[in-house]
Amino acid sequence: MATADPLLRVDNLEVNFGAVRALKGVSLDVYEGEVIALVGANGAGKSTTLRSISGLARAKSGTVAFAGTVINKRTAPQIVRLGIAHSPEGRRLFGGLSVAENLRLGACTRSDPEGVARDTEKMFVLFPILRERWRQLAGTLSGGEQQQLALARALMAAPRLLLLDEPSLGVAPLLVRHIFDALAELKRQGMTMLLVEQNIALALELADRAYVLRTGKVALSGIASELRVDDRVAQAYLGAAE
Amino acid sequence: MSQLEYILQQVINAVSLGSLYALVAVGLSIVFGVLKLTNFAHGDVMMVGAFTTVLLIGLGMPFVPAMICGIAASAIAGFLIERIAYRPIRNAPDVTRLLTSLAVTYILENLGILLFTSSPRNFPLPDILNSSWQLSGGAITFTNINVLTVLLTFVSLIGLGWFITRTTIGLGMRAAAEDMQAAQLVGLNVNKVIVVAFIVASAYAGLAGVLWAAQAGVVQPQMGFTPLLKAFVAAIIGGFGSISGALLGGYMLGALEIFIIAFLPDTVVPYRDAIVFALLIAFLLFRPGGLLQPNREIKL
Repeated sequence: MATADPLLRVDNLEVNFGAVRALKGVSLDVYEGEVIALVGANGAGKSTTLRSISGLARAKSGTVAFAGTVINKRTAPQIVRLGIAHSPEGRRLFGGLSVAENLRLGACTRSDPEGVARDTEKMFVLFPILRERWRQLAGTLSGGEQQQLALARALMAAPRLLLLDEPSLGVAPLLVRHIFDALAELKRQGMTMLLVEQNIALALELADRAYVLRTGKVALSGIASELRVDDRVAQAYLGAAE
Repeated sequence: MSQLEYILQQVINAVSLGSLYALVAVGLSIVFGVLKLTNFAHGDVMMVGAFTTVLLIGLGMPFVPAMICGIAASAIAGFLIERIAYRPIRNAPDVTRLLTSLAVTYILENLGILLFTSSPRNFPLPDILNSSWQLSGGAITFTNINVLTVLLTFVSLIGLGWFITRTTIGLGMRAAAEDMQAAQLVGLNVNKVIVVAFIVASAYAGLAGVLWAAQAGVVQPQMGFTPLLKAFVAAIIGGFGSISGALLGGYMLGALEIFIIAFLPDTVVPYRDAIVFALLIAFLLFRPGGLLQPNREIKL
């Protein structure tokens, strides 16, 4: 795996929000089939990293390359068509649309109705609650149900890379377990994922490798199972809270 | 004339007037939904449809094909307005967008005056549409143009309902109205959604314009102003940006105006518009999201 080119390569990425330097040169690689966790304190730049990969935030300098193509000048819809789906922070579902309609829009870039129907069935297996709530408006679902729908909506694009921002946020503890079981199942099926998660224990349990961000820079990276017992991870969090 | 017949007659009037308001308000709400822009030129797009229809009837075309051409002319006008005037300033500050929308209004109205003068022209309605139905020995009266208005409103709204729930681009219109960024994140081509929204909204304006002028019996370049203001009130009452809100608001406003005319003392009737706009101010102050509250914050 180490000899192959990475599916996603982020190289020395810098992003500014006005006068604030949100990312100060972030570099990371994601290989096909890997699950990568991106952890760190609030404001470390985790969401911004995901947003600049999916085209929502514009980089000041640095590059994002996906499957060998530089994508950081492309628009968000173009990037979806290239094979990156982003389940964003706060879920951002279409609350006035039904579960069915949200999933249909998730697949709006595709032109293979049979494949879409097959993937919809897969979503019912992964998240059975969606079948029950099929005609219900997304805005009326519970936090956990909404998160499952947000994941399913992103998966309906049949992505090669899935960007996940805080899948445990605002979700009842029992459902968090359920959602991470679903993510583990996706990993088993070979889905490549880049996961941002506040819950470090959960994130490092699922991931193969992890990057620890601290104030817009990569402070630490390595094998997830090793980082789980590394004191420096906790220090990176405490350091950012200063 | 019995009390019941009088009330029935007023219900018919309210549904007929409400249909017109609803048609205009729906178009206004579609554009506001996707662009968060109050399209003041919507009234002038109505005028384009009405004038096209009148001119074609004058050239000998029958009413129905002339009306279809009028609707098409409005749709084309809307498409051009989006492309020429609104697209370059899509991400500009709200004040810029508002002023642009007013500028388009003035340009279209003055173009109308230049071409047709500001004096009203007769709307050549075919006799069959002018003929009236008399029920209960003349106690309840309505004309075929009333029937046509209500019928076309219902049919076109059923069509719109199908479009926004069954087609990807229609679903995209609703999604973009809720969250433009999330719409881009699922891969929707937002430009296409906005263009289609303008075409659909403007076709509605065309239909409303023809029916409005047919009921009024005249066309003139400033004819879109009053319906635009009324539809604006209707859309705010229902919840600006929501299609169902626009419908609800349109019919409620129609009912309110007819109620004022039919049931309040004659001294109050001249204040009909004042009451309507007082209602608008009350909604903007106390419930700016309207009855259905799709957007809690309303920016004009």
